[in-house]
Amino acid sequence: MSTNTKHTLEPNKWVQLYSDYLFNYTITRVSGSEIAKDLVQETFFSGLKSMKNFKGLASERTWLVSILKRKIIDHYRKINSKKGKAEVRMNFYKDGENEGEWIEERAPNTWAEDTDKGVENEELKAALEYCIDKLPEKYGMVFNMKTIQGFETEEICKELDITSSNLWVIIHRARTQLRRCMEDNWFNN
Amino acid sequence: MGKFKITCDEATAICDKNQYGEASFGEKIKLTIHFYKCKICKCYSDQNVTMTKIYNNYSKDKCNKNTCLTSKDKEKIEEAVKEKME
Repeated sequence: MSTNTKHTLEPNKWVQLYSDYLFNYTITRVSGSEIAKDLVQETFFSGLKSMKNFKGLASERTWLVSILKRKIIDHYRKINSKKGKAEVRMNFYKDGENEGEWIEERAPNTWAEDTDKGVENEELKAALEYCIDKLPEKYGMVFNMKTIQGFETEEICKELDITSSNLWVIIHRARTQLRRCMEDNWFNN
Repeated sequence: MGKFKITCDEATAICDKNQYGEASFGEKIKLTIHFYKCKICKCYSDQNVTMTKIYNNYSKDKCNKNTCLTSKDKEKIEEAVKEKME
């Protein structure tokens, strides 16, 4: 490969050129636009700090995205380590002779008959957003990447540095909680 | 027979995985066997199909929109970056 197209950095133009791109990249991965904005800003800060490490091999944008990816992993680790806070409610007995069985009052109830009434209306969307929002952040983030944004399992595991069995446990907890929340707030409301 | 026996927690976990088409053949067999004796998990599974439809619709709706930062947001970030540059 020829090296005559050496890339340079022009931090004066970063916000104008890349903030939308970086923001969109982030918003598909984290929950909430405030967090996304913060991460984009921090990416620029880190970029400034490590400008001298830029070798000019990748484009300016690619280089900034690689910094952003780090920020996203760090963010995930941070929310992952918040102990006990906003854990999902238990749905199955954790031990004893009923281990792994449904806790009676958390078991699914049958839904009212008219539930096929359009899955596309605005009220339904609002109820769903309310329920997703109530998930602990870590669950919301993984659920969103997998289910709403449609990322491949492998890609999520790589980006967040988790195993696939981690991912499926999170998806399972998120979906169980969402089903329950939608039962209470939409189907049998 | 013992190794085909799974708990409701495990059954619903497989069921969730299956919504993305990623449950293995063995897992699907265990799930089918579990459904014979457990109506609650069968109910969960039926509802799960509806939930997947809802998620997919929501996903289509949401992912068509490209979000942008407002010019105010950009100004704020711009200012913060400039400050750091000095």
